[in-house]
Amino acid sequence: MNPAVQNANYGALTSLMPLGGVVPLTWYITLASLLFITGAVGVLVKRNPIVIFMCVELMLNASNLALIAFGRYLGNSGGMMFSIFVMAVAAAEVAVGLGILISIFRLRDSISVDEVNLMRG
Amino acid sequence: MPESLAGFLSIPVLLFLIFALGAVSTAVSCVLTPNPVRSALFLVLNLFCVAILYLLLNAYFLAVVQVIVYAGAIMVLFLFVIMLLNLGSPERIPDQMKWQQPVAVGAGILLAAMLTVTIASSVPSFAPATSLPQTARRTTLDAREPGASQTMDNSAILDDIARRPETMGTPYGIGKNLYNPDKPWLFPFEMVSFLLLVAVIGSVSLAGRQTSEEKA
Repeated sequence: MNPAVQNANYGALTSLMPLGGVVPLTWYITLASLLFITGAVGVLVKRNPIVIFMCVELMLNASNLALIAFGRYLGNSGGMMFSIFVMAVAAAEVAVGLGILISIFRLRDSISVDEVNLMRG
Repeated sequence: MPESLAGFLSIPVLLFLIFALGAVSTAVSCVLTPNPVRSALFLVLNLFCVAILYLLLNAYFLAVVQVIVYAGAIMVLFLFVIMLLNLGSPERIPDQMKWQQPVAVGAGILLAAMLTVTIASSVPSFAPATSLPQTARRTTLDAREPGASQTMDNSAILDDIARRPETMGTPYGIGKNLYNPDKPWLFPFEMVSFLLLVAVIGSVSLAGRQTSEEKA
């Protein structure tokens, strides 16, 4: 096991304290969770599906940041590998999602998420 | 207090604080602005800020990929679709669920507070990994002293680049780890290529399909 993890500083709120001249892991993870929550609130609040897609990108990006930070601090290459796959999946998702948006727009000249209820039961 | 502040504010910490603030503020303005084009441009700024944070985490290759793939390709695709569907004007779509907005914002703030407390109390605070465990120390780069014999072959040094946390993020380190048959990343890599092929075919068939009225 990584010796740094064994000597790590566990405990309520003390891990948010700055280390000497080094950014603690908790700051990166807190930043990633804040970005993720911003994206999640955007998905709930927005009515334009393109902006909703952008907020999904924001969330994927935040998860990438957390993965890379964990990988760097634990000295493991898995974090960076996984974020490469997340980027590829994000690119595929955007391509398919925008294709769906264009075909919905052709069908009914409007893409408000409130009006797209074809699959409502 | 001043001396502890000086020990706390190193250049990496300062850069982290600046770009973390930039990332959060551009993300929030991306959500807040009613204009989709501005939203996209704020998202580009956010991606740049996160790319610089990747650089601070020694993920050099991923920082460049972030700028090229995300800020370059994906955002151009977004802007292209905004222009194509003529959605550039601010939202005038009537909101049919008025209660959703305050509930979402309140739940988001609650979630942020809970996550911060959870992270602070359960994620350990430690400095980034700096070098290899003892067993592999013989082949590390710092084992080579200037006057020492040059018998250490090149491949050991290159393997070491792929293993050290500081240099793992270089293109060489990424390639060495991604295509290493001893690691589990080769099969997912092939699957991702298949996924991208399916996505390309799917999006072409979705966007290129003619509706029945257009055919007539």
